[in-house]
Amino acid sequence: MNPTPPLGTHAAIPKPALDQVLGALRDAGYTLVGPKVADGAIVYGEITGIADLPVGWTAEQEAGRYRLRPGVPGRLFGFAVGPHAPKRYLYPSTATLFRTRRTAEGFEVLPGEEAAPRYALVGVRACDLAAIAIQDRVFLDGPAPDPHYRARREAAFLLAVNCLEPGGTCFCASTRTGPRCTTGFDLALTELDEVLLVEVGSEAGAAMLAAADWRPASAFELTRARRALAEAEGRMGRTMDVRDLPDLLYERLDHPRWEAVAARCLSCANCTMVCPTCFCADVVDTSDLTGGEAARVRVWDSCFNHEFSYVFGGHLRPNIRARYRQWLTHKLATWIDQYGVLGCVGCGRCITWCPAAIDLTEELAAIRGGEPT
Amino acid sequence: MARPRLAVYKFSSCDGCQLSLLDCEDELLALAGAVEIAYFLEASRQALPGPYDVVLVEGSVTTEEEVERLKEVRRQAKLLVAIGACATAGGIQALRNWADADAFRRAVYPTPGYIRTLDRVRPLGDVVLVDAELRGCPISKRQLLDFLAAVLIGRTPRMPAHSVCTECKRRGAVCVMVASGVPCLGPVTQAGCGAICPAYARGCYGCFGPMERPNTGALGDRFVALGQSRDEVARAFRGINAYALPFAAAGDRFARSDIEEG
Amino acid sequence: MSMTAVGPVPPAPHPLQPHAARLVTVTPEAPGIATYVFELADPALRARYAFAPGQFNMLFLPGIGECAISLSSDAGEPGRLAHTVRAVGSVTRAIARLRPGDAIGLRGPYGSPWPVDRLRGRDLILVAGGIGLAPLRPVVYHLIRHRPAFGRVQLLIGARVPADLLFVSEYQAWRAAEIEVIETVDRADETWTGRVGVVPVLFYQLRPDPRRTAVLTCGPEIMMRFVVYEALARRIPRDAIYLSLERNMKCAVAVCGRCQYGPFFLCKDGPVLSYDRVEPFFSVEEY
Ligand SMILES: Cc1cc2nc3c(=O)[nH]c(=O)nc-3n(C[C@H](O)[C@H](O)[C@H](O)COP(=O)(O)OP(=O)(O)OC[C@H]3O[C@@H](n4cnc5c(N)ncnc54)[C@H](O)[C@@H]3O)c2cc1C
Ligand code: SF4
Ligand code: SF4
Ligand code: SF4
Repeated sequence: MNPTPPLGTHAAIPKPALDQVLGALRDAGYTLVGPKVADGAIVYGEITGIADLPVGWTAEQEAGRYRLRPGVPGRLFGFAVGPHAPKRYLYPSTATLFRTRRTAEGFEVLPGEEAAPRYALVGVRACDLAAIAIQDRVFLDGPAPDPHYRARREAAFLLAVNCLEPGGTCFCASTRTGPRCTTGFDLALTELDEVLLVEVGSEAGAAMLAAADWRPASAFELTRARRALAEAEGRMGRTMDVRDLPDLLYERLDHPRWEAVAARCLSCANCTMVCPTCFCADVVDTSDLTGGEAARVRVWDSCFNHEFSYVFGGHLRPNIRARYRQWLTHKLATWIDQYGVLGCVGCGRCITWCPAAIDLTEELAAIRGGEPT
Repeated sequence: MARPRLAVYKFSSCDGCQLSLLDCEDELLALAGAVEIAYFLEASRQALPGPYDVVLVEGSVTTEEEVERLKEVRRQAKLLVAIGACATAGGIQALRNWADADAFRRAVYPTPGYIRTLDRVRPLGDVVLVDAELRGCPISKRQLLDFLAAVLIGRTPRMPAHSVCTECKRRGAVCVMVASGVPCLGPVTQAGCGAICPAYARGCYGCFGPMERPNTGALGDRFVALGQSRDEVARAFRGINAYALPFAAAGDRFARSDIEEG
Repeated sequence: MSMTAVGPVPPAPHPLQPHAARLVTVTPEAPGIATYVFELADPALRARYAFAPGQFNMLFLPGIGECAISLSSDAGEPGRLAHTVRAVGSVTRAIARLRPGDAIGLRGPYGSPWPVDRLRGRDLILVAGGIGLAPLRPVVYHLIRHRPAFGRVQLLIGARVPADLLFVSEYQAWRAAEIEVIETVDRADETWTGRVGVVPVLFYQLRPDPRRTAVLTCGPEIMMRFVVYEALARRIPRDAIYLSLERNMKCAVAVCGRCQYGPFFLCKDGPVLSYDRVEPFFSVEEY
């Protein structure tokens, strides 16, 4: 048995020893979820160990374009974020809030979901940690903490990874949310050529690391990790000038660029679905054919969807111009007023996964560059 | 309250949508308990006269006789529901609206003189007032049951107006257009199918028809950027829902500029 | 499916789970509009429940849905929860089919109230359009209860046609309490002898003292735009003009995101907001 490392330890383990940590997590009752190759992309899915990781894979990312490519052989985490975010495990796209059953007096309310799954999320990046911190505020700090999110969130173990290979659409250096994981993880890995450095962020993390043959990281290894991270910071595929937000956008709500981007935008909602911070939802009522049992089901929704803004008498954002403006101003302006931080963590997903190749960094730059009208 | 009376009528179509109804094996008992199936030739020979509370109508309108029959169905229906791409948009047969129907007739039938058709294949809504639409080719059994459950309990039945992409991402499928360059109509197509095609690595064919305010022009431009010819783009829009207005307009636009450019 | 049944009362553990309530009375108000009084089933909850003028409840019917409806009754009588509902969609039409004794789910109260306490000592102009009078009625009741604490009170009411005017039978009592009720209709009929024209026009005859007057308005957004315009033209300060705004709403606890209006969640920061806070967005089309 290895000693349990104290909080804040920077340890080193041989790469295969990651399986020991993953094994310990499984033994502790966690379902392991991590990056894996499926459907032409690096997605999140259930994994059992290192063998399921996209070993030696990477991906090219550009606006509206993603291609899997062979990367550095043997590299476990040589890629940036894919289409999935931890969001889908902490805030699932579909959840039954509660059910009802007809009774003699009216109806009774039955619970919707059984016990929350216990996920160990493997390979979570700094941007996604920042996104989780944001969703914590949305779901837990509001007027009524969300029990579904809370149950999943409190049960989750976050095994984070420092990003040494930022993608073509990444800009976490601009939003100051990466590439280094600074807080909010149980364990954080840095992958060097031969070893994995492991930073211990919580007691739970320490307990899991104790399952592996760890030793303190050497000063040399730590310097290499630092240097690699500094280099990664300089290799972001995108940058975004976040000065003067939110006022910049508040002053330019009538900018002609909104019309221009609306001509290209499909209002398809992909950007909001892949965004790790977007939280909007619809609640749908279902019933059986007898009407005896019914349920309220919450599903991911988007400000790009037509139904999102209806009221009696019409739609308040009836066109793509108004909807794109809502999305961008929410991410980059009103979010700051609501939660004290940008709603964008620089993960680049909305850029890569926009089928129309619309790039919010470019849109903001255009709005910033142009004169207010 | 008496059980609502349900009728199912068929016009020019393949029966696929009615089969979705017959396919509700698990629910058929509950359905038969909840509604009186008064007229449904595909399922039973018993045909009770109207009026009916809910009439599901499959198929497009292609002949004068069908126009008259549909008007009569409308008179018998409290709630007339167009089911499937044929009924809501004319279906695949509406492709002949872009062709010379006479030429088809001469090529296919030995005595074309007996065949009398409208100059255009029509969706139901061109002929009568339609109260609700269930899209798809075929319709989704889940949507059909949800629709009936809504009517039964008194909830306003609402079909999604948003894109297939929303469903695609909810189920966690990878975007085929972004990850593989496959043209996909998902961004302009109404949700409801559950994003089946993208989940199997194929582009959406648009069988649920256009979503509310689709930006078909921008999507077509994007297909061109992905390497498709304008003619291929036109054909993508001229599928099962070719005659649905936004798809028809997009198909025409890309087909026409092909000629202009050629 | 075997599941332990959990009754909705005592207080539901799920924040979106409604409390059991029952319809007590229905009072027709206008075509398609009626006032429904509900009573919470749980006596303890009933005793605890309190609301302020301008707040709303989420009303729920199983298998149908849920929607936001303002409390239209006297906040001083919180055991009697009146809601004045216009039947426009799924839930509101189903409410219109309810009979006294029927069950309904209710949770609340939610939202920011009209700042009646902060407005003590002021002259008030209340401007209501259509169903917008419903969330203002609790203000009227409050003013009647505390009449000496307020200055001049004028209540401008607009409706499309005379039959659409709400709570007409109470106007006399309101007037008796020195609330100047001024009605107008967009279109008169043969019975109508009063004013014709849109509500903001009623402002022309007012001579408010901008230093002591506050405006409280609820109605169609287009109407409120003109109200704001008229109020500003009379130099009433931006922070003395209060609007009650409507957006689509699914949760009422600031997680569904639908009711966002600029930085505000109208379920939590609104529906009542002062004009100085919403001005940057109010003037933008389709925001
Ligand atoms: C804070 C607040 C207070 C309110 N107070 C009151 C009040 O006191 N009294 C009152 O009568 N109302 C009030 N409302 C308004 C009420 O909440 C809405 O009218 C609500 O939508 C009614 O719900 P419903 O299920 O009956 O209607 P819905 O079924 O939601 O339909 C409402 C309207 O939207 C349209 N619609 C619905 N779904 C869609 C869709 N998917 N796509 C396009 N259009 C659609 C419908 O055709 C209809 O015109 C209030 C709203 C808010 C936010
Ligand atoms: S920005 Fe792109 S992903 Fe987002 S709605 Fe528009 S087209 Fe879709
Ligand atoms: S807005 Fe785009 S880049 Fe920013 S966090 Fe969301 S998906 Fe990532
Ligand atoms: S950008 Fe749109 S979908 Fe995302 S959180 Fe904001 S309003 Fe909701």
